[in-house]
Amino acid sequence: MSDSKLSAQGLNLFFGKKQVLKNISISFKKNQVTALIGPSGCGKSTLLRTFNRMHDLSPDARIEGLIKLDELNIYDKKIQVTEIRKRIGMVFQKPNPLPKSIYENMEYALKIHNFPKQEIPALIENALKESYLWDEVKDELNKPAVQLSGGQQQRLCIARTVVLRPEIILMDEPCSALDPISTSKIEELIVRLKKDYTIVIVTHNMQQAQRISDDVAFMYLGELMEFDICNNIFKNPKNELTKNYVGGHFG
Amino acid sequence: MTKKLKILIDWILLAGSTLLVCLILGVILWDIFSKGMSSISWDFVSQFPTHGMTQGGILPAIIGTFLLTIITTLFAMPLGVACAVYLNEYASPSLLTNIIRASIRNLAGIPSIIYGLFGLALFVQSLKLGTSVLSAGLTLGLLSLPYIITTTEEALKRIPNSMREATLGLGATQFETIKDVVLPRALPGILTGVILTISRAAGETAPILFTGVAFYINGITLSLDQEFMALPYHLYMLSTQHHAIEQVRPLAYGTAVVLIALVFLLNMVAFYIRFKHRSQQDV
Amino acid sequence: MNNTIKNRERTDWWFRQLFRATGLLTIGLLGGIFMMLLLNSIAFFIHVSPVDFFTGSQWDPESAESKYGIAPLLVSTGLVTIGAMIIAVPLGVLTAAFLSEVAPQRLKMFLKPIIEMLAAIPSVAIGFLGIVLVGPGIAKLFGIQNGLNAMNGSVLLAVMALPTIITISEDAINSVPKAHREASLALGANRWETIFKVVIPAAMPGLIAAVMLGLGRALGETMTVLMATGNAAVLPKSFLDAVRTITATIAIEMGEVPYQTTHYFALFAIALVLFAITLAINLVGEYFAGRLRKFQS
Repeated sequence: MSDSKLSAQGLNLFFGKKQVLKNISISFKKNQVTALIGPSGCGKSTLLRTFNRMHDLSPDARIEGLIKLDELNIYDKKIQVTEIRKRIGMVFQKPNPLPKSIYENMEYALKIHNFPKQEIPALIENALKESYLWDEVKDELNKPAVQLSGGQQQRLCIARTVVLRPEIILMDEPCSALDPISTSKIEELIVRLKKDYTIVIVTHNMQQAQRISDDVAFMYLGELMEFDICNNIFKNPKNELTKNYVGGHFG
Repeated sequence: MTKKLKILIDWILLAGSTLLVCLILGVILWDIFSKGMSSISWDFVSQFPTHGMTQGGILPAIIGTFLLTIITTLFAMPLGVACAVYLNEYASPSLLTNIIRASIRNLAGIPSIIYGLFGLALFVQSLKLGTSVLSAGLTLGLLSLPYIITTTEEALKRIPNSMREATLGLGATQFETIKDVVLPRALPGILTGVILTISRAAGETAPILFTGVAFYINGITLSLDQEFMALPYHLYMLSTQHHAIEQVRPLAYGTAVVLIALVFLLNMVAFYIRFKHRSQQDV
Repeated sequence: MNNTIKNRERTDWWFRQLFRATGLLTIGLLGGIFMMLLLNSIAFFIHVSPVDFFTGSQWDPESAESKYGIAPLLVSTGLVTIGAMIIAVPLGVLTAAFLSEVAPQRLKMFLKPIIEMLAAIPSVAIGFLGIVLVGPGIAKLFGIQNGLNAMNGSVLLAVMALPTIITISEDAINSVPKAHREASLALGANRWETIFKVVIPAAMPGLIAAVMLGLGRALGETMTVLMATGNAAVLPKSFLDAVRTITATIAIEMGEVPYQTTHYFALFAIALVLFAITLAINLVGEYFAGRLRKFQS
């Protein structure tokens, strides 16, 4: 596949002696939204976190296999993890704005990566517009970010990721803590963002996966059971387990 | 014995014990404050001792204790916070961290007089700092270290991981995460612990006995290589070693009032920070 | 761009080493304290045989024959601390039981600061009260000349150990699962029987930890006993005798002995004994506190 942006080959992950991911090979296409679905504890969030090396901090996590961003092995010893995380951004389950103002939240990301000072305000405005937050916050950029609503906070977190111009955005159940209206705003945002970014999203919500994704991967007990375009997974699953899961029989 | 009587006795045991504990504090404070307040005046806290310590104030002891606690804080706080950061933010559970934690727990249990001996051997003699306010402050710093580490670690543990993930996910290094997010968020908790620890150190006498405290010094000096007067030691000397013990009793009581007031004041500042921080977090 | 990343990573690495060094420092500190005591004690035992040290019944370094028997100091220390525990343990545990089992929330909010205030009072102030208040009281009560004796020290050390004992005991009692209480109540036991026959026994490991850590605190206390126990380095026969603990002996004599004499080294030797005892007691306390923590989580 020539348009593969991010891929894993023969990926195994252990926490101590427990194997959490089993021989996973998958590739995500450029400018597409791929949803990772599966019952709780199937390893979908764990898989997502391998793509920006979030497991580096867990001392008992051990990873085998290869993960490639284009042709770059992201676990290569010569590669700095900070560089990887700049190129592969992440949005977390619970909105986690820093205890600073809205503007400072955006500015922080740029500052640590030494963006030229004079470019910062424009970049921030751009990213907030891209995240459909600008109109709501443009007059109160100095307000503490924690005073925003949950949905706004999450869009700020997305904007904070987008401002760095990553190539890939990983999202770990970004709507699970939000109400339906905020959720639909974020879904809308995700669909529009894919023209510039490659998006991998973990979700519990079958309807959400159907609404926003191009490809869907179904995981079960640490294994990738089925990976196909969205329509096939939901309308015509090949695997019996997938069929039962998307049909709502378990999970 | 009837059942009712038994219940009554049990109740008296529990409530009575608690009441007794409260009474103890009441008696301590009442005795010291009722007999000491009459000695307290502006002159008492702003004058030098005069007439062979039988009259005058305790200004040099107040200044000495103040200087001492500043040295202690400047020494122990960075070290203690750094060690707690290492244990909570960097280190994975390993043999090394287990040994470090065991060391910290045991250091907290070592009698303060032994810190005094160690300060004498290390700072006064080996490092040739002499008996000085610097030696004494560093000795108290070592004594304070395990408490500061423990309270700082507790403050760091209360910070949710999602905060760390936020900056790490943006490509911040671990040090940047600690500097920009973890420490600022933990600061009120760290300060509470540091102030409580320092209030204990300010009241300590045994560790400074051989490391630099003096019964009397002439004039005020802020130089670090000089001996110094300190409130707790002053109280000790006035109440046990003075040539006219009965005559200086009021001065001893007055010194006790100032010492206890100082310690309680520090405690109150710490509780205020804790309280304010808690109510802020609730918003 | 690539250069700045390298710089940031380098900063990160350096700080990591720096933080780690402070961790190692704590090990160094404990090791340093131990080595300091050990080396000076060895210097002492070159001059005085350990047998004489541990079996001699006299501590009199200034006399012509220089007697270095630790027994009077050890017995003094033991007597004062045991006395303190006899007072503080029941009082502390019962108070803790009242706090966690009986007291309503609002009363607790009032009692907790009282215990914290008690813990905050400097030891020298407690010692002072031993001289001006408790000592004279004991003298009057028993019709003796002065009250500067073991009993005075015990009372004061009890006061100092109380906050530690109460706080840890309360944690221990709080961590007893609710089901234990409910089971006892369901069997028809009343609240008091439940407290004394179910809750307190179930909290035993934590209570032992509380007592051990309180004991460690009392053993290592210097100023209180120095000021309030009369400081006679002879074998005491009762609680009304003047005593001199290990800590008080160090405090009194260290200021006056010439540097690196046998007497000087002797003070490190008794400090090493004190260090070993408190270490052992704290380790036992920590062992039980560890069990308590496991219980809680």
